[in-house]
Amino acid sequence: MLDNLQLLFVYAPIMNVQMILDGIFVGAVFALIAYGLALVWGVMNVKNICQGDMVIMGGYIAFTLYQLGVHPIFAIPIVAAVMFIYGWIIYVMIIRRVIDNDMFVSLLATFGLSLLMTQVMNLIYGPEVQTIDSHFPIAMMFDDFVTIPMVKIVSLALAMLLAAAVVIFMKKSRMGQAIRATAQDARAARVLGINTDNIFAFTYSLNAAICGVAGVLVSMIWVLQPFYGIIYTLRTFAIVTAAGLGNLPGVISMSFVLGWVEQYAGIVAGAEWQVAASVLMLLAVLMWRQVQMRRQRQVVR
Amino acid sequence: MFKKYSIAAGAVLAVGLAGIAAPAVAKVEGDTIILGSAISLSGKYSTNGLHTQRGYDFAVDRINEKGGVKVGGKSYKLKVKYYDDESTPARATQLAERLIQQDGIEFMLGPYGTGLTKAVAPVTEKFGVPMVEAEGASRSLFTQGYKYMFAVLSTSEYYLAPVLDIIAAKAKAEGKDPSKMRIGMAFENDGFSLDVRAGVVDTAKKLGMKIVIDDKLPADLSDMSATLTKFKALKPDILLVSGHSKGAATAARQVEEMRIQAPVIAITHCEAAKVHEKFPKFANGVMCPTQWLSNLPKKDSYFGSAADWNRDFKKIHTSYTEVPYQTAQASAAVLVFKDAFERANTFDQKKVRDALAATDMETFYGDIRFAPEGNNIAKPMFYRQITADGMYTPIITQADMTFPRKANY
Repeated sequence: MLDNLQLLFVYAPIMNVQMILDGIFVGAVFALIAYGLALVWGVMNVKNICQGDMVIMGGYIAFTLYQLGVHPIFAIPIVAAVMFIYGWIIYVMIIRRVIDNDMFVSLLATFGLSLLMTQVMNLIYGPEVQTIDSHFPIAMMFDDFVTIPMVKIVSLALAMLLAAAVVIFMKKSRMGQAIRATAQDARAARVLGINTDNIFAFTYSLNAAICGVAGVLVSMIWVLQPFYGIIYTLRTFAIVTAAGLGNLPGVISMSFVLGWVEQYAGIVAGAEWQVAASVLMLLAVLMWRQVQMRRQRQVVR
Repeated sequence: MFKKYSIAAGAVLAVGLAGIAAPAVAKVEGDTIILGSAISLSGKYSTNGLHTQRGYDFAVDRINEKGGVKVGGKSYKLKVKYYDDESTPARATQLAERLIQQDGIEFMLGPYGTGLTKAVAPVTEKFGVPMVEAEGASRSLFTQGYKYMFAVLSTSEYYLAPVLDIIAAKAKAEGKDPSKMRIGMAFENDGFSLDVRAGVVDTAKKLGMKIVIDDKLPADLSDMSATLTKFKALKPDILLVSGHSKGAATAARQVEEMRIQAPVIAITHCEAAKVHEKFPKFANGVMCPTQWLSNLPKKDSYFGSAADWNRDFKKIHTSYTEVPYQTAQASAAVLVFKDAFERANTFDQKKVRDALAATDMETFYGDIRFAPEGNNIAKPMFYRQITADGMYTPIITQADMTFPRKANY
């Protein structure tokens, strides 16, 4: 561990450039998925355990299109549309029935859905790891030490574009306003003539579409396997819990923090700590919050 | 509402009971010997599970065609009863018990992979059921003192460690000092890969090579760029990776992306991950271990030579371009059982077990002779290097090896 720190800061400080860049690229993809999760969680109070599986599903749809000769970048709108419809179907079939029940019912329902999706993808695509070659060039800097695949920059740009679009949509459009109103108080929104059932369906579908797009980016940057969904679910839960619901800047900054924490944990403590680091980070944030709140806590007699 | 569910539950139960009530099959029915196997037909290992099952079935059909198994002057046919273990160890244990206790199976063929074999072996051992397994390579399977388990394949410490010996010989031949060579390596955090690692650590110590990176990859890690960035900074001479086919694919993708020019790269499961097709730039010069070669000069009277087996298997299963060694060793396992039955000349489990322990035969898969621990010690592991045009060339001595590897990214 000490020699790793020495390597990082004394012998090859240039490594930091790679780490920070990688952290940003990783964080951008996470931010997308986490924002979708925060949306569903905040508006519907449904903890969507199949979040990661929707990401992988989006990736596999892009993979299928890729085999048919569609470049993944052009596959994005198709995947978004397909996933939107899929989200709507899932909402009508499952989520609508559990939304008014307590938290554990929705947890169980989406967990079951996650298992189902994993196995169906496994049946269709098999457990082999699949990748998509986007044929983008790879830039090398600092004497070939730092590698920046163009596909990661493109993904970062796309993630930012999509995030901005979603934010503007939520702020400006009629539907966005209705979603925010429902999130604040579903009952009051209903009284005021908002069809909350529609809003819920739309929110869930929007999340599915966002996951799908993130999945296309994942398929271009990393690899796809039917069983990889759970790590995306885990990471985004850590991000959203740590950032707090309804805190968009928090979700985005936390995503980048998580990206960096993972990269540095991988270098300093070894790859086996990379995923563990995100969970440890969540734990640290929760403990810190607990301490902070205790200071302000008053006993009601 | 509740009533509706209870009716449904009742129906499910009834169907389940009907399944259980079906007549139990005994190990030898009339002229058929029934072997049992829990195999991964769904879940994580379903592809390899299928490779294994096809290997078993191919051998069973061939042996039956050629007159079956002759025991006590009578000819018996072979048959295998399969259950799907869903790639989970707990399920495999359950199914092994079910095969033995409910179905009366007295001879077992192994499941796919080290983890599942580990789950099944205590059960077969407890009931004294002889098992020939073809897919569990971890060294740790053979240190438990199991008396009823036999494995036809080479164990995990032969996967990457001997590559270091070849490299050391090559370095010496080129006038370099092998003890100056440094190793960077990443192994998946599972029983099999960590055993591969243990073999590498021992050999590196023996040769005086220094291990500068020693990372363990989580089972579901799809990104090993942190390890590879470290590799770029430290520039070791040798990169070793083992993590089944997904580890191979992840490594291939990211080594290619980061353009790592290590003089030697050796990874396991190249063929299964199809790195020569999917990552041709990476694959150039990469070394891979394999249990079996399709041009191996070994033969038996049932399958002919290795090449014959390969050709005949492809004739039935036309979807294979390169038949994985997992399938070949599954076929060999069935052949070992047949041979043991005939030598024991009885279906007494204890005597069949002793006959298995005394196995000494040549098969298309290689020679088979078991150590007291149950692993096959007669067959070597083979190493191949991928050429620029995606072909696998065998490395017998250091002279066959292209060193250093030169990749054109």
